[in-house]
Amino acid sequence: MQLTNRSKQVSNKEMTMAEKMYLPSIVQGLAITIKHFFMKKPTIQYPEVKRYLGPVFRGHHVLKRDEQGRERCTACGLCAVACPAEAISMVAAERKKGEENLYREEKYAAVYEINMLRCIFCGLCEEACPKQAVYLRHDRMVPVFLERDDIVYGKDKLVERLDDRYVRMNSEVKATPTEPSLTKAAT
Amino acid sequence: MDLTVLLVKGLIILVIFGITLLIATYSTYAERKVAAFLQDRLGPNRAGPFGLLQPIADAGKMFFKEDFIPAQASKWLFILGPCLAMLTALMSSAVIPFGDSIRLAWDGTNYDIPMQAIEINIGVLYIFGVVSLGVYGIMVGGWASNNKFSLLGAIRAASQNISYEIALGLSLIAILMMTGSLSLRAIVNEQATFFEWNVFTQPLGFIIFLTCAFAECNRTPFDLPECETELVGGYHTEYSSMKLGFYLFAEYINMFVSSAFISSLYFGGYHYPFMNAVHDGLTGSLGEIAGHNIATAIGTVVFFAKIFFFIFFFMWVRWTIPRFRYDQLMNLGWKSLIPLSILNVVVTGAGLLYDIKYTTWLIVVVMVVLALTSNARAPKSQAAPQRA
Repeated sequence: MQLTNRSKQVSNKEMTMAEKMYLPSIVQGLAITIKHFFMKKPTIQYPEVKRYLGPVFRGHHVLKRDEQGRERCTACGLCAVACPAEAISMVAAERKKGEENLYREEKYAAVYEINMLRCIFCGLCEEACPKQAVYLRHDRMVPVFLERDDIVYGKDKLVERLDDRYVRMNSEVKATPTEPSLTKAAT
Repeated sequence: MDLTVLLVKGLIILVIFGITLLIATYSTYAERKVAAFLQDRLGPNRAGPFGLLQPIADAGKMFFKEDFIPAQASKWLFILGPCLAMLTALMSSAVIPFGDSIRLAWDGTNYDIPMQAIEINIGVLYIFGVVSLGVYGIMVGGWASNNKFSLLGAIRAASQNISYEIALGLSLIAILMMTGSLSLRAIVNEQATFFEWNVFTQPLGFIIFLTCAFAECNRTPFDLPECETELVGGYHTEYSSMKLGFYLFAEYINMFVSSAFISSLYFGGYHYPFMNAVHDGLTGSLGEIAGHNIATAIGTVVFFAKIFFFIFFFMWVRWTIPRFRYDQLMNLGWKSLIPLSILNVVVTGAGLLYDIKYTTWLIVVVMVVLALTSNARAPKSQAAPQRA
């Protein structure tokens, strides 16, 4: 198999006088390296410049709300079961009267915690969820934490904020085979 | 007046000392930056604008590391090693002429103070002496570590430096013959016109000298004393903290000094084309003293530009050529460079007999012709059989 046209057959024939002088090949080599000196560098300066990671990137978790702003999660626990790293835990509670505008289902998650040190961002929770409640954002990463207390993310950090709704813009691409693609209207 | 001379000299020495340290510091930064650029990377750019504070951060790191002395090491020699390396590296810049002269008016007479720490008529010899002492720093450090890798590195350094010093000296003899002086200032002043720069009269000598300078500085492709793949860290395997820092620093100072040495020996030092015209124009328009001093300053700037180019060249070569094998190194030194430099001396001497300066081009022409004919006579290498 030939990958490039630049491969050279290795031989142990005796070097000619010109090759023994080293200088011509050294000059050649210097020319190559100085060419690279002036080339455009492909580096992306990460914290300042962030590149688009694609529509299927699995980043920060989000607990979705529906179009009326109610939490979709019904605390069925399927995500916790599906999670291979056992990062998810939750406590279920029953919806009281008058809370219909907060929770969509009669049962909801009073506590929903993801341990970000355990999470491996595999996206199986997203696949397992029957209510389309948990997603891994494609546009945001979990930030670096400096304190041990910051590791476990509770509902305060996970539930989608109404002023910062998450839409997976490219409706053509499905994040996972089972997921019905989200459009702006479906939020 | 004597006091003034003393003061100015002291000032020049201090400034040279400071500049040497500054350039060595920023050589570490430049090395990383040049390496990065040659490898399509960006290099350090987080500490300060463009990463300019990186050397300070590095030095701070070095200072706060544990200063470890191995239990079996010979303690005093272990400490002496890096000190010697640093001392000899700093001493050698004393005789390099950084510029023409500073002109001062005193009691109606003009005094010219040369831009040089000390002007001695054996400057070249002095540098050679100090540079050969430099290997003691490596030897002592490597031996005192009581570590086989360190000792191997030290022995390699010693034999390499001794071998290449011969060729270095021999290639210089041709220049000394042409100038008739061991004073660096005299050698620089000899190259006042552009086409009499020694690189044009002594092309072969220059290439030999450059190669040997690489070997003397322990820089790639001759960095066998500290090659990581074979000797862990070479002679500084056991060193940590600022002792290691001194060794690395000494290497960069050596690089600066040899760049300065090469530029003053072969590239006319502080001379540049049309220098006399510039000097006359400046003294004509600004007066005898101010004009002369400004002309000197321009010469110094030119000299530093040459030095910086050679420092860059050192780095450029480092990231281009792989390391030699030790037997290749010795073969190149003893079987090629020394005979060639002796031939160079003989041909230069024959040329001087008839007052022709450019005779060494004869060797270069012969070598090029030999190389071309050998290439033509060589059996055509078989085209690689195409594998399906």
